[in-house]
Amino acid sequence: MAKTYDELPIMPISDTSSEGVKTGSWRTYMPVIDLKKCVKCNNCWKFCPDVAIYIGEEGFPHVNYDYCKGCGICANECPTKAINMTRGDSE
Amino acid sequence: MTKLTIPAEEYMNSGHMACQGCGAGLAMRYALKALGEKTVISIPACCWAVIPGVYPNSCLNLPLVYTAFEVTGASISGIRAALDAQGKKDVNVVGFAGDGGTADIGLQSLSGMVERNTNAIYICYDNEAYMNTGIQRSSSTPEGTWTTTTPVGTTKYWELTKKKNMVEIMVAHNIPYTATASVAYPEDLIRKVKKAASIDGPSYIHIFAPCPTGWKSDPSKSVELARKVVTSHIFPLYEVENGVYKINMKPKKTPIKEYLMMQGRFRHLDDEFIEKYDKEIEKDWEKLIQKEAFTSEQ
Amino acid sequence: MKQVITGNSATAYGAKLSRPGVISAYPITPQTTIVEYIANFMADGELENTQYIKVESEHSAMASCISAGIAGSRVFTATSSHGLALMHEVLMWAAGARIPMVMVNVNRAMGPPWSVWADHQDSIAQRDTGWMQVFAENNQEILDLVIQSYKIAENSDVMLPNMITQDAFYLSHTVEPVDIPEQEAVDEFLPAYEPDHTVNIGKRQGFGSLVMPDNYMEFRYKMAKAMDDSRNIIKKTDAEFGKKFGRSYGGMMEFYKCEDADYVLLGAGTSVSTARQAVDELRKEGKKVGIAKLRYFRPFPYEEVRKLASMVKGIGVFERTFTFGHGGPFYNEVMGALYNDPAGSKPFIKNYILGLGGRDVKLDDVKDVFKNLEHETNNGITEEVQWHGLLKPQEVK
Repeated sequence: MAKTYDELPIMPISDTSSEGVKTGSWRTYMPVIDLKKCVKCNNCWKFCPDVAIYIGEEGFPHVNYDYCKGCGICANECPTKAINMTRGDSE
Repeated sequence: MTKLTIPAEEYMNSGHMACQGCGAGLAMRYALKALGEKTVISIPACCWAVIPGVYPNSCLNLPLVYTAFEVTGASISGIRAALDAQGKKDVNVVGFAGDGGTADIGLQSLSGMVERNTNAIYICYDNEAYMNTGIQRSSSTPEGTWTTTTPVGTTKYWELTKKKNMVEIMVAHNIPYTATASVAYPEDLIRKVKKAASIDGPSYIHIFAPCPTGWKSDPSKSVELARKVVTSHIFPLYEVENGVYKINMKPKKTPIKEYLMMQGRFRHLDDEFIEKYDKEIEKDWEKLIQKEAFTSEQ
Repeated sequence: MKQVITGNSATAYGAKLSRPGVISAYPITPQTTIVEYIANFMADGELENTQYIKVESEHSAMASCISAGIAGSRVFTATSSHGLALMHEVLMWAAGARIPMVMVNVNRAMGPPWSVWADHQDSIAQRDTGWMQVFAENNQEILDLVIQSYKIAENSDVMLPNMITQDAFYLSHTVEPVDIPEQEAVDEFLPAYEPDHTVNIGKRQGFGSLVMPDNYMEFRYKMAKAMDDSRNIIKKTDAEFGKKFGRSYGGMMEFYKCEDADYVLLGAGTSVSTARQAVDELRKEGKKVGIAKLRYFRPFPYEEVRKLASMVKGIGVFERTFTFGHGGPFYNEVMGALYNDPAGSKPFIKNYILGLGGRDVKLDDVKDVFKNLEHETNNGITEEVQWHGLLKPQEVK
C-alpha cells in the first residue's frame, strides 16, 4: 500500500513485518496432519520454508493456513506419512 | 516429544515472496538461527532481494542492507569497517548472495573481501542459475542442464561446461574456514554457520538450495533433492579449515539418475551422458577423499 | 599552519581533518598520491579511528563506502576518470541511498585515446547521478571544500553525496601554499556524524528495498528537492566557513569583475585562474571583461546565471568537456536556465571547447576567446560551438 509523500522517509527502509501478507492464498493443495500417525519428530516444522508450521504446547505440529503455500515439503519429509496434501479450500 | 535438533528461535517470518518449496528460503531460515540477533546482513540483486517483500515489508527481523548485484564482498567489507570503527566488533556481518552474484559478477569483490582477511561471513545459496531473472545459466550451472540461455533446442545446446567450484577457489585464497552445506541437513548447516561466525576473519559457506521453479521439479521434493545431491556424491558435504579438508558425510552412494530425473531441467539427458557424468562425479569424489587424507597428515 | 603542498596532499589533509570512520579507495593516475598520503597517515597513527580498506576496484570502493555509510560511519573516497566511470552504477546507488559522503575526483580525460591529463569529461558524465558536484580552482579550495562538503551533505535537508573535482596535474601534482586548519577548529565547525537512518542492531530494517511504481517517483522527487534546497545550505556553509577560517568562495558562482563587464567568460576549474589573469591584463587595455567562475555544477546555479545574463552583453561559455549533443554541458545548462528566465535577458552566448585531454589553456587562448566573443557579439555568430585551438587553426578576427 502506498504511503503518502509526507510519510515516506528519504530512503526506503522496510520496517514492517511481512506477516501482513497472507500467502495462504497461493495454495492449491493444503496439508492436513493426522495426529494419530504423528510421532512428533518435528520434521515438518523443521523443513517448512515459510515458517508456516508451529509446534503446539502438546508437542504436536500445527499448520498456519494463513501462510502455508501448499508446497508439500512437510508431507514429503514426514517419516510416518501423517500429512496428506488435500485439494481443500484455500481458507 | 522429540527434542528440537536446531534452535527454536526464528528470525525470519512468514508472508514472504519465495516460491512454494524454495530451498533459498530454508537456507536463510537456518543461517539466521545460527547467527542470532546481533547480525547485519547484506543482500545483492538475487531472489533474496525480492523474497522479503515489497516496501515497507521485510520478512527478516534484522538490519538488511540491499545492494547492487556485484558488490556483496565489498559491501560487507564496508559494513565491517564501519562497525569496527564504531567499536561494535561483536556483530556478525554477513553477505547472502545467489550463485550468480557470487561465482560470476560478484567474484571479484568476494575475492577482494577474502584476500583482505575481512572479518565477515559470506553465504552463497546455490540454485545453479540466475533464478531471479528467469532461469538463465550461471557458472554454477552443472553440465547438461537446461536453462533459458542454454535451451536444448535441436542442437543439444544445453549447458556444456562444468560447475565452477567456489569452495576450492576459497581454499586457494587461504581462507580460514569454508564449507559446503545443504538444506536437507540443517543441523550440519547451522553448525557450520556458527563455526563461521566464531572465526575472526573471512569464511565462506556454499549452501545447496533447490529451486522447483527453475529446476522444473515438484516443490514438495526440494528437501529430498538436497539430500539426494549429497548421497549421490554430486555435492559432497565437507569443510576446509586452514587448508585441512574434512568430509562430513561419506554416504552409501545413491544412483545419480534418481536425482537427475526428478528434475525437468535434466530430462533430455540420455543414459550415455549420465554414465559419463557419473564417472566424473566419482573421480571428483575420489580426489576429495585424497585431499582429506593428504591435508590431515600435514 | 601554512604548507606548500599538492592538490592531492590537500585532499588527504581535508579528509584526515574531517575524521572519517571509513576510507575505501583504489589507486588511479593521477589520484594515486591521495591514497598514498592516507596510507602514510594510517601508518603514522594519525587516523586512529579510521578503517582504511584497500579495495580491489573503484566499483568496490564506492560500494563499500555506501554500506559503511548505512552502517553509520562518515566515509571518504577519491578517484579519477575511468575509475569514476567504473563507479557509475554505484554512484547512482550512493545518491539514492542518501549517503552524505564526500569524494574527490581528479578530473582526467576518458580513453581512448588513453590520456592521463586534465579534462572534465569524467565528472560531467556523472551529472545525472544525483551527486552534488563542485569544481575547485586551487589547492586551498580543495582542502576547504572537503570539510565544507561534509557539513553540507550531512545537513538533514540535503543528505546527498558530494563530488569535489580538481584538475589532473594542474592541481593534483602542483604545489601551492595551503593553510591547513587546526583539528580543533575543524571539529568545532564539523561535528561528529550522527545519522538518522542507520543500522540498528536487532531491529527490522531493509535499507533500499523494492518499491512499486506507486512510490518510486516520490523518493526521487525528494532527492531533487534536496538538491534544490542545498543551494541555500551551500551559501550558508560557505559564509560560515569564511567567518571561522577567513576564507569563503562566493557561494555557487563567483563573479570576478563582472559588475560592469560587457563580455564575460563562464567556466570552471584551473582555467579560471588563467582567465583571471587575462581579465586583469585586458582590463588594463580598457576592455570591460570579467570571468564568472562556475563552482557548483550540481545543483546548477541557474539564478546566478540569470543574474549574469542581465548584466552583460556577451557570455562565452568555455569548457573542458563535451556532450556529443549540441554543445558542451555548461553551455546546455546555461541556455536551459535562460530560455524561461522571467527577466527575459538574452545576451549573446557562444560555446568554446578548450583544453581537452590536458591541452594547456594558455593566457593567449583566453585572450583569443575574449577577442572572438567581443567580435561576434557585435557582428553575429559564426558557429555556435567552437572547438578552440585545434591543430588546424581557425581564423579568429
